[in-house]
Amino acid sequence: MALVEATRGSPASAKSEDWSLTGIFQAHPVLWLLAVFLLVLPAFASNFVLIEIFGWAMILGMIALSLMFLAGYGGMVSLVQMTVAGCAGYMVAIFGTTVMTDISLGWPWWVGVPLAIVIAVIFGTLSGVLSVRTEGIYTIMITLAIASAFYYFTLQNYTIFNGFSGFNAVRTPIAFGVDWRSAVPFYYLILFWAVLAYLVVVYVSRSPFGLALQGIRDNARRMAALGFNVTAHRIAAYAFAALIAAVAGVLLVWHGGQISPGTAGVGPVIDILIIAVAGGLSRPIGAFIGAIIYVMLRTFALDALVAVGLDGKRFQLLIGLGFLLIVLFSPDGILGLWARWRARMQRPNTHGGRA
Amino acid sequence: MNSFIGRHPIWSLIIVILIAILLFLIFAVWPPELEQLLGRKRIFLSALLNGITLGGLYFVVASGFTLIFGLMRNVNLAHGSLYLFGGYFGYEIANWTGSWVFALVATFVIVALLGMVLQFTIFRWMEGQDLRQTLVTIALSLILADLMLWRWGGDFYQVPMPTWLGGPVEIPLVTAMRSSGEYVYLQFPLVRLVILLGAVVIGVLMWLALNRTKVGMLVRAGVDDRDMLSATGVRVQLLFLLVFAFGAGLAGFTGVVGGTFQSLQQGEDIKILLASLVVVIVGGMGSITGAAVGAVLIGLADQFGTVYMPTYAVVLTFVIMVVVLALRPQGLLRGH
Repeated sequence: MALVEATRGSPASAKSEDWSLTGIFQAHPVLWLLAVFLLVLPAFASNFVLIEIFGWAMILGMIALSLMFLAGYGGMVSLVQMTVAGCAGYMVAIFGTTVMTDISLGWPWWVGVPLAIVIAVIFGTLSGVLSVRTEGIYTIMITLAIASAFYYFTLQNYTIFNGFSGFNAVRTPIAFGVDWRSAVPFYYLILFWAVLAYLVVVYVSRSPFGLALQGIRDNARRMAALGFNVTAHRIAAYAFAALIAAVAGVLLVWHGGQISPGTAGVGPVIDILIIAVAGGLSRPIGAFIGAIIYVMLRTFALDALVAVGLDGKRFQLLIGLGFLLIVLFSPDGILGLWARWRARMQRPNTHGGRA
Repeated sequence: MNSFIGRHPIWSLIIVILIAILLFLIFAVWPPELEQLLGRKRIFLSALLNGITLGGLYFVVASGFTLIFGLMRNVNLAHGSLYLFGGYFGYEIANWTGSWVFALVATFVIVALLGMVLQFTIFRWMEGQDLRQTLVTIALSLILADLMLWRWGGDFYQVPMPTWLGGPVEIPLVTAMRSSGEYVYLQFPLVRLVILLGAVVIGVLMWLALNRTKVGMLVRAGVDDRDMLSATGVRVQLLFLLVFAFGAGLAGFTGVVGGTFQSLQQGEDIKILLASLVVVIVGGMGSITGAAVGAVLIGLADQFGTVYMPTYAVVLTFVIMVVVLALRPQGLLRGH
């Protein structure tokens, strides 16, 4: 698991004894700039940029963040996170109001949404229970199999999941006098949950639980000898990651307005892995960096490919090649590239230093 | 065997009874009540034979996957892409030369070479970094899938079958009795029988190669302890190259076979990859015998599921996987 081991000694874990709330807010100035930028973005950006680029990127970023938490801090590369999000999305569609009136129960959002999140967390935790029984690289195989089982189940089941077509016209609710369907409120809703998820992950990673999890990642046997319950910590990590993915799943189904088996098919499941790895598994912000790059590529690569005289359909090829290059040359993703570039810039000034 | 009976008398009894029931279902003429319960015997028998044939196909693909994993700890998620590429390539060769057998051989060689190139240029440099290798195979599968979509599009392809393989044969298994007292025998496509036979032959050859030759001995030693093997002076890189080539070649080879009796299209790569994953998880990772048991189990579950509960056929295979993982996380046939 060299990719994960490469994250040892990163700033996040170096400062890890500082797990008080104030520690979180002593963030890098770039993060503060970013926060201000995201807050004032609706003042000058179009609805398309708000929802289809930044909104979507933050939702995917949250799902990738849940994977980053499991992989980066727990050493468990779980491919089931997108499926947990899909599960939550399906539950929102089933409990809420859609055009499929004979399946959808039409319950109010304050019943349906929490219930959807609870069910998705249970699903994610059970997947964790199954996959923590084996170790290391086996996790990726087992979670991929679970994810595709969910995909095929939703594809073939018509009584609950409505088969191939899924659910259309899932309406974002109107709550507290705000129409969350319109662009700016929905953007702030996504921003709120994404920032909250980020802060909670940073907080948990510095809490005793997060530190124990990182210890288990580095040497499970030693942690067990010290009296930590390794299996329980791992399952708890799955449950926590499932919570983030489930919240993202609710936002995902409101964002698209529909959900179908393809939402959590094998392709999107792999995409989440690509986003998390390309961004960098060492720090939570990597998930969001990966997501914004992925969404930009997804949105603009078609035109860019056509502009340079290539077939616009070769988008997957571009993603595959880009991912291959990142994995080959920067196992720590774009964050790793950035760190290495900075180290190289500083080297002339620090003679013999540990650049 | 005797010790098993001694240790688990109840399980042994249950297994004996199950085998007896199975033999009865296969060989007896079904009484009308049973036909009412399970449908026509012909359907049951076809599902059984189709399941075993499909299991044979899965076995050949999955054994390459499990060998590569067992020796190099490389979860080759591009295995399905190698299968699909082999299928397309075999289709081209078979159409070009008109010889199915030549297409089989040529595909095996070409895909094995492709595997060698991958191992030599990429995986050799990241030995011991399992996650990174797996990520590279994911990237490769995306690239290969898109290149194949570019070249062959989204259409269905079927590798032309040689005439000597066409048509059904009669198998001496009774499906029903006519009112005149005459037995009706099962008709089964010859090509499927040949595939089944081929899988058995490949399995036996592979077992012999692993257990009776020097290279096989090295491979088994490498599966158990790679570092110790290389410390004894064996050129493990050469061994890795050979095994990767062989596993990839098998995947391509199966692609041609699968393209002959099923069909080739986009998405088939993921299906085969998942089948290999489930087979290997159920059977036990790195174990050839485990792959055989898992493959037959999954093939049967797939076919019986399709016949008796069509909406949940795919799910049934995953249920088997979940049950195995819950009871024996290391797989059915693996020590620990």
